[in-house]
Amino acid sequence: MAELTYRGAVAHGIAQEMERDDRVYFIGEDVAAAGGVFKTTGGLLERFGPERVRDTPISEEAIVGLVMGAAMTGLRPIGELMFSDFLATCWDIVANQIAKTRYMTDGQVELPLVLRTANGGGLRFGAQHSQSLENWAMAIPGLKVVAPSTPTDVVGLLAASVRDPDPVVFFEHKGLYAAKEDVPEGEIVDELGTAKIRREGDDLTIVALAAMVPRALEAAELLAAEHGISATVIDVRSLVPLDTRTILDSVRHTTRLATVEENPRLCGWGAEIVSIVAEECIWSLDGPVVRITTPHIPLPSASALEDLAIPSVNKIVESVTKMMV
Amino acid sequence: MPTTEQLLSMYERMLLIRRMEERLSADYAAGKLPGAVHLYIGQEAVAVGVCAQLTDRDWITSTHRGHGHFLAKGGDPKAMMAEIWGKRTGICRGMGGSMHVADLSKGILGANGIVAGGIAIATGAAFGARLDGDGRVAVAFFGDGAANQGVFMETLNVSTLWGLPVVFLCEYNHFCEFTPSETVTAGQISDRARAFGMPCAVVDGNDVVEVWRAAGEAVERARGGGGPSFIEAKTYRIQGHLEAEAVILDGKYREEAEIEEWRRRDPIDRLREHLSAAGACDDDGFAEIESRVSGAVEEAAAFAAEGEPADPELAFDLMFVGQRP
Repeated sequence: MAELTYRGAVAHGIAQEMERDDRVYFIGEDVAAAGGVFKTTGGLLERFGPERVRDTPISEEAIVGLVMGAAMTGLRPIGELMFSDFLATCWDIVANQIAKTRYMTDGQVELPLVLRTANGGGLRFGAQHSQSLENWAMAIPGLKVVAPSTPTDVVGLLAASVRDPDPVVFFEHKGLYAAKEDVPEGEIVDELGTAKIRREGDDLTIVALAAMVPRALEAAELLAAEHGISATVIDVRSLVPLDTRTILDSVRHTTRLATVEENPRLCGWGAEIVSIVAEECIWSLDGPVVRITTPHIPLPSASALEDLAIPSVNKIVESVTKMMV
Repeated sequence: MPTTEQLLSMYERMLLIRRMEERLSADYAAGKLPGAVHLYIGQEAVAVGVCAQLTDRDWITSTHRGHGHFLAKGGDPKAMMAEIWGKRTGICRGMGGSMHVADLSKGILGANGIVAGGIAIATGAAFGARLDGDGRVAVAFFGDGAANQGVFMETLNVSTLWGLPVVFLCEYNHFCEFTPSETVTAGQISDRARAFGMPCAVVDGNDVVEVWRAAGEAVERARGGGGPSFIEAKTYRIQGHLEAEAVILDGKYREEAEIEEWRRRDPIDRLREHLSAAGACDDDGFAEIESRVSGAVEEAAAFAAEGEPADPELAFDLMFVGQRP
């Protein structure tokens, strides 16, 4: 075991895959010489050289197109979009080209590529550098969507994404980059489409993603200590494919469900989970489901306002105690 | 200068494209074809002159006017026709349709429904080819309309910087859908490429020999590690933007006299005159070619008409590799 930060896990995970497979390439803005604007990719240039680790112009369409074309012709490229907000500048290639080409060509081609991007708020960057956009990607058939919450998962799910034959949008949460934990030695390879139960409880199921996972866990401790409420916390980890079994099994056991989502409320991923629960096991529920989300607003920059908008530990505790009455 | 044999082969390929497109026009008018059909009539010399310089291992990306590129690159007329008819015998088993004909085994990465959609993909294929170091070349076919999309600038820049083996082939067919190009395009498109220091050629796109020569230079440069080139081929779209144009459009954006003037510069007639004058082919010889071509068109049309409809199972099986969504 060695202690690794979430940001360090990114370079660790990329290096693990580049070491294993010489078809893995990595490109993006400021990723090589500068080591990444979030210090996530330092050392890769020195280790793998300028052919395999490349700085690009600030040209997101070119980055994503390069990654796509290279994947179609036999490589397994990783492209970085510095902020997930920049997906909007290259959405044609992501949504119209990458997501649909395997399908439209009758499976003549595979697109084994990964688009890594820094997602989410909490850093006071304002409305164009703070969005949680996992639900955009989730809304496009043909994309796999992953969002890890721990350093170990960054390494393991990144490895699974690189090895996956389909395109994966990999959302790292910039509010988690400083998080640390002990990570197992040796190769780590996880599995897409598997949720993880982070805490077991009997009274309700809290389903969370990325930075909302540690908040949900902290809230669960408070709920237990101060309100006698015992919560299961599920880390979804992968929105597409989605591990519905783990969620449904838990809801059947606890009979109550809350989702904690950083994405704006309308059409957030939690709505999909709530809808699946309603279809599959509504008779197991003992009360209304609750979605704890960022409201449907652009994110404000001012600290106090951003904190007000994104679900906090207190907001989770408050909402859950209210629903459990 | 191409050999007589090469010229005759290009003539036959151009004629095949013309007769296939004429057949599609008639079939569309007869209500036999689903969706939208964008025909390549008048531009045949561009696709054929360029693709005569490529091998099956080289890549092309195409446009929504992509039948000509598909056939020029060696795609099977029967499989293309069946694809346009939406049949399971189609090259993509009916999953792509007219705007998405693709045959990876021939290096045809696909036609594209998005204006400029293929440019970045070809650049990415060239990136892959350069990393592989196996001398493959990618050609991006796109129109004058696509040259006004931002991705064109992004890819000109990065391909020049990285010395990628890509040829940007702008087919100036004078129209951006239903709008004359000169009314929406500032300056000369070739000057945009020239600004990046890229070798540029502006050729008569209705003269297959001129296209062939310029493409040969560009492809040789790319293969030899000399980086990207830009070619603007001036040609003219004889048909409307799409076959439904007369039905869907109230306004008039061009004069019949202009179309007539370009008919007099027909690329196939011009090559035929050249071949006659050079004594390379006589009337009997041309009749033989015409008969071979119409045989192929009849065969393709019958193959398409007789094919079974697309397989309903496919709709749910193809999105990801090896699994249902």
